[in-house]
Amino acid sequence: MTEAIATTPAWVLLAYLVAGVLFILALRGLSSPETSQQGNRFGMIGMVIAVATTLIVHGVGLPLIVAAVAIGGGIGFVIARRIAMTAMPQLVAGFHSLVGLAAVLVGVAAYLNPIAFGIADLANLPAAAAAGGGPLGGIVPVIFPASRVEMGLGVAIGAITFSGSIIAFLKLNGTMSGAPILLPARHVINLGTLVAILGLIAYFTTDQAAWVFFAIVALSFAIGFLLIIPIGGADMPVVVSMLNSYSGWAAAAMGFTLQNTAMIITGALVGSSGAILSYIMCTAMNRSFISVIAGGFGGDSAAASGGAVEARPYKRGSAEDAAFVMKNAESVIIVPGYGMAVSQAQHALREMGDLLRKEGVSVKYAIHPVAGRMPGHMNVLLAEANVPYDEVFELEDINGEFAQADVAFVIGANDVTNPLAKTDKTSPIYGMPVLDVEKAKTVLFVKRSMGGAGYAGVDNPVFYMDNTMMLLADAKKMVESINKDLG
Amino acid sequence: MDHLIPQLSIFVLACFVGYYVVWSVTPALHTPLMAVTNAISSVIVVGALVAASAATGGSEISKWLGLGAVVLASVNIFGGFAVTQRMLGMYKKKERKAPAAAK
Repeated sequence: MTEAIATTPAWVLLAYLVAGVLFILALRGLSSPETSQQGNRFGMIGMVIAVATTLIVHGVGLPLIVAAVAIGGGIGFVIARRIAMTAMPQLVAGFHSLVGLAAVLVGVAAYLNPIAFGIADLANLPAAAAAGGGPLGGIVPVIFPASRVEMGLGVAIGAITFSGSIIAFLKLNGTMSGAPILLPARHVINLGTLVAILGLIAYFTTDQAAWVFFAIVALSFAIGFLLIIPIGGADMPVVVSMLNSYSGWAAAAMGFTLQNTAMIITGALVGSSGAILSYIMCTAMNRSFISVIAGGFGGDSAAASGGAVEARPYKRGSAEDAAFVMKNAESVIIVPGYGMAVSQAQHALREMGDLLRKEGVSVKYAIHPVAGRMPGHMNVLLAEANVPYDEVFELEDINGEFAQADVAFVIGANDVTNPLAKTDKTSPIYGMPVLDVEKAKTVLFVKRSMGGAGYAGVDNPVFYMDNTMMLLADAKKMVESINKDLG
Repeated sequence: MDHLIPQLSIFVLACFVGYYVVWSVTPALHTPLMAVTNAISSVIVVGALVAASAATGGSEISKWLGLGAVVLASVNIFGGFAVTQRMLGMYKKKERKAPAAAK
């Protein structure tokens, strides 16, 4: 192994280091929208450096490689151009699955051809074979035990990322129901499989037989699938972040195998990024990571426990009423949720904001961290609709302002506004930080119908308050008719 | 395994760098953050290129697996950076008022 490092020219090692640093700067740029595009460019430069360096070191000019990059790049570019912003969660999940699968393929390739990856013990090989060509003379190259652990972990995490992301993609895309699928004894099965994978990786260090390696891959594919199917649609922000993290750890593990600094740094960055996002999402739902992973939330059991929706009296309003109330308000705070994304209401909503501002009304947006299906989902949609980002506020920055606001306009959000989270200890969402919409003088609540209470299956007392007006319709249609009355 | 310790050092320090850098990312940009981390984690393409360009010392399958991985990683690299750029281009400040140009 030391030989492998010694034979690598210094400039190559430095180039990978530079690539790693550029990736750090790419993330650093995201601390503010102003620096973010520059950051993204750093990321691209870093990738070009990493790829160019590899091509130079390992012999360039293979037309097959150019073709592979052209095919993949072309597909990626077209997808990136065409994808609707509302489809971003499934796109990201889909991309994660590709990283996972790529990691598995690289791992298998390294297992089949360890000499090319510099992870084989060259001592007992024919000289020609050790130099990277020539026949092996029937001798199977021995892979270093440490490399076997790294490879094992790399393919395992990669496979979990792949199959988990596929399920997440199908659920987010609506191809598969978002409801949790609960297998009997699933905890036992899952834990058993995980233990088996770790055991096989340990055994792999003593026996590099193919069956061990491929059993690790197969079991990991299975566990990724099993882990994600019991998780409900509303917990997807955590899942997507978690898979983001896994794709990073897979890259890091492969980086150890290849002794590549750029991969190790990147893997660590991505891994911790995803882990932090998962943590933020869990905190925003007041749930522990374990309980999310254990799954089952947002399914029938939850609906049955909290969703005894009896016919309580509520006030129903029309678009005209809503337009009148908002026109005469001084300040309106808009609270968007997943429902806004589903009905693509963001453009109409921005128009409503513009019309209100013409009437001299102050308009702000309040975003709950778990609104939508992935971290920052609402922000992207509002940005797409040309809402300036300095009118969009995070929960802790705006929550104090509801008490002074004339109108809270809730559109497609529910649980994140539920005051029971603050008062009712028996509620499944108790302790979750919520937006204090009920403190506004008037609450306008856009909702498709009075049935179907949020993902947690909890009834929201805001619906029945005297100062709440329910606007029951599709979010986009409702906002459009409000706009007609405002205009 | 004397290569392991330097690598582990880089890894652990990079985790800390990641921790502090990611906490400083504004929540409004969490979706672009996921997209860009996805793009950079495709640096795994380096491994794919090694496999794809390897002289046939081991197995021909290994080369094709490598090429497959190059395709997948390329989708991610180009797609990830392009979609991030597209998203970031949408974040605008108040001054620039162009209400008509909403897609």
